[in-house]
Amino acid sequence: MKTTLSVLVENQPGVLFRIAGLFSRRGFNIDSLAVGTTENPDISRMTIVVDGDENVVEQVKKQLNKLIDVIKVSKIVPEDSVTRELVLIKVDADSHMRSEIIQIAEIFRASIVDVSQKSLTIELTGDKDKVSAFEELLRPFGIKELVRTGVIAVNRGSNTIKIEEEA
Amino acid sequence: MKMTGAEALVKSLEIEEVEYIFGYPGGAILPVYDALKDSSIRHILTRCEQGAAHAASGYARVSRKVGVCMATSGPGATNLVTGIATAYMDSIPIVAITGQVATSVIGKDVFQEVDITGATAPFTKHNYLVKNPNDIPKIVKEAFYIASTGRPGPVLIDLPKDVAEAKINFKYPEKVVLRGYKPNVVGHPKQIQKAAELINKARCPVICAGGGINMAGAEDILFELATKANIPVVTTLMGIGSFPSDHPLYMGMLGMHGLASANKIVTDSDLLIAAGARFADRSVGKIDGFAPKAKIIHIDIDPAEIGKNVKPDIPIVGDVKQVLGEIAKNVQPKAPSTWNKYAANLKKEAEYKGLEDKDKLDPIEIIRTLSDKTKGKAIITTEVGMHQMWTAQHYEFIKPRTFISSGGLGTMGYGLPAAMGVQIANRDALVINICGDGSIQMNLNEMATIVENDLPVKMILFNNSGLGLVRQLQEFYCDKRYNQVFFKFVPDFTKITEGYNIKSMRIEKQDEVSDAIDTMLSHDGPFLLECIIDIHKNVYPMVLTGSPINEMIGG
Repeated sequence: MKTTLSVLVENQPGVLFRIAGLFSRRGFNIDSLAVGTTENPDISRMTIVVDGDENVVEQVKKQLNKLIDVIKVSKIVPEDSVTRELVLIKVDADSHMRSEIIQIAEIFRASIVDVSQKSLTIELTGDKDKVSAFEELLRPFGIKELVRTGVIAVNRGSNTIKIEEEA
Repeated sequence: MKMTGAEALVKSLEIEEVEYIFGYPGGAILPVYDALKDSSIRHILTRCEQGAAHAASGYARVSRKVGVCMATSGPGATNLVTGIATAYMDSIPIVAITGQVATSVIGKDVFQEVDITGATAPFTKHNYLVKNPNDIPKIVKEAFYIASTGRPGPVLIDLPKDVAEAKINFKYPEKVVLRGYKPNVVGHPKQIQKAAELINKARCPVICAGGGINMAGAEDILFELATKANIPVVTTLMGIGSFPSDHPLYMGMLGMHGLASANKIVTDSDLLIAAGARFADRSVGKIDGFAPKAKIIHIDIDPAEIGKNVKPDIPIVGDVKQVLGEIAKNVQPKAPSTWNKYAANLKKEAEYKGLEDKDKLDPIEIIRTLSDKTKGKAIITTEVGMHQMWTAQHYEFIKPRTFISSGGLGTMGYGLPAAMGVQIANRDALVINICGDGSIQMNLNEMATIVENDLPVKMILFNNSGLGLVRQLQEFYCDKRYNQVFFKFVPDFTKITEGYNIKSMRIEKQDEVSDAIDTMLSHDGPFLLECIIDIHKNVYPMVLTGSPINEMIGG
């Protein structure tokens, strides 16, 4: 079972190391991890996709909360959230195949970001399923290189994951 | 006030009321030792940094204050590592301060450089690499706060040499602001209410008291609760002393080498109240067979311990002293029941039967004689091995925080340096390190520190010329294919102590025990009593891996 956690952490060196270390030490499996600063430059937000049952996820949350640099851990509910991932795919594309690939890209609203004699580089944003479907369709042409950012997520509506500022 | 980073560090430690630092100097930490020269803080120079960390841990455990140890960069820092990990596993509040090479050369593999914050991240509660000298007061304040609150634990501060030399304006913060750390100390009232109701309804309740009771100073409230409702009490290894061993309700230590009375009463209980205990593998054995008929109330300050090993029916996160206090208020007094009678019977059955061969020197007899002669009131440190288990089983600890032993990590070499810290925290106490010939050789060098500081630490050495507990494991799990457990050479310990100016005595017969212990106890100063014992004597009871705790060999 995959669970997406949103983790607010102090934007300090060593934090990523502590979190990665915690996962490896306790034998938790990470599917993906994406990290960047938030609207508050002192705080970074990590989106971690964890593979494990309910008990494992509960332990992951509790162990993360024990880290002093971790400010808040929230579970992202798929139905109430928007999740996105960005992928860059370099695919074999000689002149015969180019138009077919471009057609597929258009259907997926992906954009061509680089062209050469023998290849096309395509950028796609979407949730996991969309990215996977796109990858599958391009596979027969020959994928030379594929890079994914890992999932990021935000709650729908006016709900936010923020820290309660102290008075 | 302008001062150097090192002076700011020392000043901050003084503000935190640090009286002693256990440590060892070196290059990268030179500025700090220079600043310490003018401080009221007493520095105890150990003979290895590992000893400094264990001494700080022993000091912390008896005084309930934060212990402080210090070392230079590189090997100084890595020698602290075992002590820090030991403190982490047993939730002991220590602050470790290490020197570091200058920030300009960090990462260049210069002389005595090691990434100690990286190395200790998995077994410190938190650690800091100080980059800005102005942060020093804030970091020290935070370090002491983090180490001593919530679930206590070690915190490390790594101080690069140039940061220690930089000039700053000293200002000590008044309070700690950590948005990512807010330990919950007050138990949820509804959960407490539910727990009290379960206790009132239970017919066969048992309390399992863990190290958290000793740590939180919750022994009085534990006693009140247990005696009010006549609830039998077992302890974990770390919980020993939190309930008086001579009390009729006390059933002993549970677990792999627990007493049969403790393991059986837990197995037969219908309600288990685990207080400040973490259901460690050595305590619970096979989890499916642990307290199979019991509902479980789990009280712990660390939310991550709840449900980690055993799923409780009523989890309560909070300070065990506060939570037990609230529970005790809501629990109805109960007269002794058939359950108590049953418990008394189990206790009688498990009673020590005495020796078959009265002539042979027996470690259990020695510990029981020591227990009688000291009325269970000495502070006992141990190393790790058979002597540790026999001490846990047979010394009748009366007072909390008097059994000082490495539980979670099982660190051989802990006892002697820990005893130094204990004796320094409590100069008038009778402090005895019970050890084996394997363990004592791990930090033997600290005998020098003991003598140098006039510490009257007593040592009882069970010499079986080998590694008894590992040999026992090989007997059971490796079909007696003994490997690397018998020493071909054993030093003459009485000559070693002579070299350290420590009085000693060696005995080999049972009828010498009583006089020898009297001699040791009446000696003014450190003393080593060496007892020659048989390496083939096993520790019983023993629960084999994968068995529930009520299935004991020799129980």
